[in-house]
Amino acid sequence: MESQIQTISVARRGRLAPSPWDGVALCLVAGSLALIIYGAGQMGGPLANVSAAHISLSPTALPEYALRTTLRMFAALAASLVFTFTYATAAAKSRRAEAVLIPILDVLQSVPVLGFLSFTVTGFMALFPGSALGAECAAIFAIFTAQAWNMAFSFYQSLRTVPLDLDEASRAFRLSPWQRFWRLDVPFAMPALIWNMMMSMSGSWFFIVASEAISVGHTTITLPGIGSYVALAIERRDLTAVGYAVAAMLVVIVAYDQLLFRPLVAWAQKFRSEQTPGPVTGVWLLRVLNRAKLVQLGLAPLQRGLGTVAQAPMNFGWRWGRVPPVRARWLNAVWGGVWWGAWVFVALFGMQALYRELAGHVGWAEILEAFKLGLMTLTRVIVLVALASLVWVPVGVWIGLRPKLAMRMQLIAQILAAFPANLLFPAAVVGILHFQLNPNIWLSPLMILGTQWYILFNVIAGASAFPGDLRDAAENFRVRGRPWWFKVILPGIFPYFVTGGLTATGGSWNASIVAELVVWGHTRLEANGLGSYIAKATATGDYPRVILGVVVMAIFVTLFNRLFWRPLNAYAERRLRMN
Amino acid sequence: MAILQQAKPVIEIRELRRSFQRPSGGELVVLDDVNMTLREGEIVGLLGRSGSGKSTLLRIMAGLVEPTGGAALFQGKQVDGPAAGVAMVFQTFALFPWLTVLQNVRLGLDALNIPEEEARKRALEAIDLIGMDGFESAYPKEISGGMRQRVGFARALVVHPDLLLMDEPFSALDVLTAETLRTDLLDLWSEGRMPIKSILLVTHNIEEAVLMCDRILVFSSNPGRVIAEIPVDIPRPRNRLDTKFRWLVDKIYERMTMPATAQPQTTAPDFAGEGITKVLPRVSTNSIAGLIEAVAGAPYNGRADLPELAEDMRMSTDTLFAIGETVSLLRFGDLAGGDIRLTEAGRRFANEDLNVRKQMFAERLLSNVPLAAHIKRVLDERPQHRAPYARFAEELEDAMSEEWAEQTLRSVINWGRFAEVFAYDENQAMLSLDNPS
Repeated sequence: MESQIQTISVARRGRLAPSPWDGVALCLVAGSLALIIYGAGQMGGPLANVSAAHISLSPTALPEYALRTTLRMFAALAASLVFTFTYATAAAKSRRAEAVLIPILDVLQSVPVLGFLSFTVTGFMALFPGSALGAECAAIFAIFTAQAWNMAFSFYQSLRTVPLDLDEASRAFRLSPWQRFWRLDVPFAMPALIWNMMMSMSGSWFFIVASEAISVGHTTITLPGIGSYVALAIERRDLTAVGYAVAAMLVVIVAYDQLLFRPLVAWAQKFRSEQTPGPVTGVWLLRVLNRAKLVQLGLAPLQRGLGTVAQAPMNFGWRWGRVPPVRARWLNAVWGGVWWGAWVFVALFGMQALYRELAGHVGWAEILEAFKLGLMTLTRVIVLVALASLVWVPVGVWIGLRPKLAMRMQLIAQILAAFPANLLFPAAVVGILHFQLNPNIWLSPLMILGTQWYILFNVIAGASAFPGDLRDAAENFRVRGRPWWFKVILPGIFPYFVTGGLTATGGSWNASIVAELVVWGHTRLEANGLGSYIAKATATGDYPRVILGVVVMAIFVTLFNRLFWRPLNAYAERRLRMN
Repeated sequence: MAILQQAKPVIEIRELRRSFQRPSGGELVVLDDVNMTLREGEIVGLLGRSGSGKSTLLRIMAGLVEPTGGAALFQGKQVDGPAAGVAMVFQTFALFPWLTVLQNVRLGLDALNIPEEEARKRALEAIDLIGMDGFESAYPKEISGGMRQRVGFARALVVHPDLLLMDEPFSALDVLTAETLRTDLLDLWSEGRMPIKSILLVTHNIEEAVLMCDRILVFSSNPGRVIAEIPVDIPRPRNRLDTKFRWLVDKIYERMTMPATAQPQTTAPDFAGEGITKVLPRVSTNSIAGLIEAVAGAPYNGRADLPELAEDMRMSTDTLFAIGETVSLLRFGDLAGGDIRLTEAGRRFANEDLNVRKQMFAERLLSNVPLAAHIKRVLDERPQHRAPYARFAEELEDAMSEEWAEQTLRSVINWGRFAEVFAYDENQAMLSLDNPS
């Protein structure tokens, strides 16, 4: 089973005859490089170029827009990786850093993505006056905020669970921290990290429209890309153009799935410490690269170079040793004082800044109003997640218990999750207007369109992992119908469901900003809630209200996670784990 | 022996002590006043039950764990972190699943900054030496447990250490594989083909220690101390069936089952619940009944030699000791002189049906396990006859670590459930007198 896993290996000497696969591989490698260089060159154009007037709804413009959007997403992904490797490592390696960094990450995760946009645009624009680069940075940063947090969390959790014996081995054989990072920490975290990268890419499509067609107060920027294309199509009520955009997006999603993530997932199989459920099939890119001997030969120095960097000790005179305990104690105390002092200062400064922003603009009544709107959005989130669970749990169980179907469905579900649900909003608007429905109710389903798939995903995973002998036992004792659901399968998938539900709720909160205020040409449909509150405040550049909305939403999300999902998760961990 | 005394010490342990802070204050002593010297050309075994701190001692030598008091000197220098010249073999192999055999073996060389060509050459030599030729590009999950541990050995040998530390290296392997590996290793050692000066072996397998070591240090538990130093002067290669070999194994069994002479209480028992803080082993009532039945039946007829019994029941010494001690704690039998002998009650227990067994077990539990009696008394006194798990856990944690408290409480709960002395509701973490209807 294991031997079927294909890996990229260095060419063996003596078999260097070029094969037709070299042609294919060369086209792929060189083509990607050329595209990246071209796209990156476009980013630094003058600011005047980035306005709505330059966006064309012609489908011929879409390939370039798709390229630009994809590059932005990957730039953000690269930034997220750098953030993950530094932030999460600091949190995992130092107790003192952990005590501050993890709660911050918790809060960052619950701040709606679009909340970041309003504050950062002006700053980035000021960094590169007169150039589109500032706007590009702002857009990339917005996408980054949709990608980074879960990656960092996943990496942090992996670092915390590095097997003790491997940790001891790397210390006993005196690897430097740098060597250990690349030999132990990163490989061990890799499978979970890649999975989270895929999730992040999917999640960030949802915010592409908002981060490319930025309009905060008087600042309006339209960066060329699929997002801006869609924004213009919506403004002009051009359903055909929306269709083109959807098609382009699907092409991009399938392309990076095939060219990047599937090979990555297959490659990451070797980093799994436990036995894996079979190889990933159909990774044609790896096969092509494996057969293209010449291209491999060209890539070999790169591979060797990376290996050398990872192996370099980089210890700068540092060695495994211990500071004498006596000196360590007071040094510790001093550093502790400096560290916490600095954070208290930062916190005080932040509170003061918040107070200055809000005081005089926002009264108690307004705050109360924001909380009331928060409750309305909360109700929507709860009802929707409950409804989605009612639908997808049985479906997921049905699929998950059929292994072949589960494997096929996983790919489809992945594409569905990546599919930006906001492209379907126009259809919803048309429908609501046509049947004269109440937007307060009928806009709500839009919030969960994109995030319901997490429930399905996880339930499928849980049902596939359900032990065969327990199923057999249930069958043997003829447990069927209601008892089967409540005593056999639901407890079995519960831990997975909790993970899915948690992700889905978080995503729905985030989506509420887009879903509670939907525009179709000149028609605006609005549902009362915290999401539309933030969306309106952002559109008018009303910073105090944006801050208030974002803070209230962060409070709601954090409290909901702490008071609802965490206890459920703890219960599931304690009572329902299968080991 | 005289020659050994003159050989240069490789590692010296002086008045070593290791303890942990308890959450409730006070300290938990794992190793106390350990002195030992390991000289060039020796294989020394650290033999003890689990929880005797022998693995901790090994990790202190490896520089992975810091001693609380005393010192470890490696070649005359204080150990203050993993030292060059010390290599370790792990019980769980500790191979990196994402590295090939060759890359795993090279791990230690990369840290030493050895040039590519030489590193490759040395790694291939070590793989060759340990008999793993042809597996260089295999991943650990493709090869068997025995092969994995060979890679573990090659990885340790390739750095040319002076001291090889082995932490129960054969205990995760099946009997046959373990024996092959032991023999191969001993052959390499006696032929002088391994680039090492001495070996320290941690084990709980008495026969393994006698087979491999020049000297055996026997450890007591709670706290870990050296209670005996036994030289093994049987010429190599050793034969397990040899009379002297058997005699020595018996002698060590005897030493290890000796009643608690070497286990003085570190803290004076100064509260009413004296004895309730004894750590209880995790032993199921099935194992207890099984052992009693086995000893009562033929060919033992009420009295069994422990090494023989261990062999017969395919049981590790550690497990057998734990069950045997529980049987002895409940006064169903006596452990002495490397033997287990059933008491009158034990013989009766073996012949009774389940209900009588439960009654007998209940009586003995309440009269011989103070913690069980204590729980029963507390439950009797409370009006609702219920008490939370945490109430007893906290009480135990004053005297032992959290893990031990949990293990002890879990054991006593299981015994109590079997004896129907008290009941436990896992969902509410609540002990009670009522039987679930």
